[in-house]
Amino acid sequence: MTGHHPPVTDWATDFDHADPVWAANPFPIWDDLRRRCPIAHSDRYGGVWLPIRHEDVAAIAYDTDHFTSQSVIVTEGRPLAPAPQGIAPPISSDPPFHHEARRLLLPAFSPKAIGPLEPFTRSYCNELLDAVAGEPVVDAAEQYAQHIPVRIIAHMLGFPPEDADEFREFVHDALESVDLPVETRIENFAKLDGYLRAQVEDHLANPRNDLTTFLLNAEMNGEPLTPEHVGGTIALLLIAGIDTTWSAIGASIWHLAQHPEDRRRLVAEPDLMPLAIEELLRAYAPVTMARLVKEDFEFNGCPMKKNEWVLLPFPAANRDPEFFDRADEVVIDRAENRHAAFGLGIHRCLGSNLARMELRVALEVWLEHFPEFSLADPAAVRWSGGQVRGPRTLPIQIGIP
Amino acid sequence: MRVHVDADKCQGHNRCYALAPELFDVDDLGYASAKDDGEVPAGLEDKARLAVANCPEYAISIDDNAAATSDGHAEKPA
Ligand code: HEM
Ligand code: SF4
Repeated sequence: MTGHHPPVTDWATDFDHADPVWAANPFPIWDDLRRRCPIAHSDRYGGVWLPIRHEDVAAIAYDTDHFTSQSVIVTEGRPLAPAPQGIAPPISSDPPFHHEARRLLLPAFSPKAIGPLEPFTRSYCNELLDAVAGEPVVDAAEQYAQHIPVRIIAHMLGFPPEDADEFREFVHDALESVDLPVETRIENFAKLDGYLRAQVEDHLANPRNDLTTFLLNAEMNGEPLTPEHVGGTIALLLIAGIDTTWSAIGASIWHLAQHPEDRRRLVAEPDLMPLAIEELLRAYAPVTMARLVKEDFEFNGCPMKKNEWVLLPFPAANRDPEFFDRADEVVIDRAENRHAAFGLGIHRCLGSNLARMELRVALEVWLEHFPEFSLADPAAVRWSGGQVRGPRTLPIQIGIP
Repeated sequence: MRVHVDADKCQGHNRCYALAPELFDVDDLGYASAKDDGEVPAGLEDKARLAVANCPEYAISIDDNAAATSDGHAEKPA
């Protein structure tokens, strides 16, 4: 739950991305800031900046000299694990360590490695929808979207599928409860740590053909990975892929529920799906990342202080009218689409090929089962706040009402 | 027409490979390169332009005169 902070009064000088107003509908906030204050600042979280324009977001994402990835989630505290590795490599790592830590993982997430997971993903999506067959109202977030990425990453890591509910809680605590006190967050992370330790022990005792065993045997520069590195990376793979993909699937269904013209076109022209997915990712990009300022530094006239946060709102960059035509419309067959939903530069989402496959298959299977649907109760839709935004409650009326 | 992928800029978004697998390949790490020295077969010019217009890192370029001037010299290896 969000809302542990006082409500925001002025978005240019006192913004809070965990505010319920941002969670419910951030687009007017970004439009307003684009006009009057394209790099906003807030004293919350010990100092945080918010660039809104695509150009500024891109420049900061590319500038690994002045900005560190040591922590990418804005919280009240500051990261405990030192650079350049950080707590969850490679997302928390800076060059040159980052390059090697990322390279290790790239083969497992390349298009050629992800392709073979498609049939498994498809049959799991079918299973989920077969289970709700005949129900007049289906919660697309709770009964469908949230299960898909959990099942696939558990499969890849070799974790028991029945632990899914537990994973989702860890992820929620790590990503969405950012305005809780530091002590509560440390406790939450300890729970995740305990769970992962047990999984690692089990894989050490019973090695198998999965990502966990791969990481336990992996070497970087001729040395085995440290236990902190292995643990941090596994936590990252678990955390980075779940709420993010769940959000993208949910937001896409939310859009299609309200746009029969787009929905019917996708049913009639399935070949459009790859372009449509990119457009839905652009328009409803779920993920905002963050950096810390390394040393006092002036960026475009803004006096950034060492250890202040800088948010990278890729979702706002994706709606920048200077960068996209008809930026605030969903153009389901948009041909030119250099969106930044998966980030820009060296931290480009490692899981992007997996996430795209999951999103495409999830929508294809949904449309096969339910070519016609609408929002059952628009007022009941609830969006998560913080740095990963997507529908968490999404009741869908199946069929033509 | 020829397409070229700048290996220093490519971050492996794979937008090009998804849109135009006839023109691009990806390696085991997921980084892209142009197929067949980047030579764009007749009829696939629009696909080449589409790939350029979707690369978030501006890593792909097109040389429109290449087909006329090329005498088979290789692209810079990726
Ligand atoms: C639609 C779903 C997803 C979105 C929108 C998304 C978005 C992002 C973004 C914006 C970044 C850049 C981070 C930065 O610049 O600091 C990132 C990094 C990352 N993502 Fe994703 N992600 C998604 C799904 C996944 C999945 C399924 C996985 C796989 C388990 C994953 C794993 C990662 C990892 C490991 C990184 C760190 C890469 C690095 O630092 O080199 N993501 N993601
Ligand atoms: S779209 Fe651009 S960044 Fe992505 S693989 Fe192709 S060339 Fe590389």
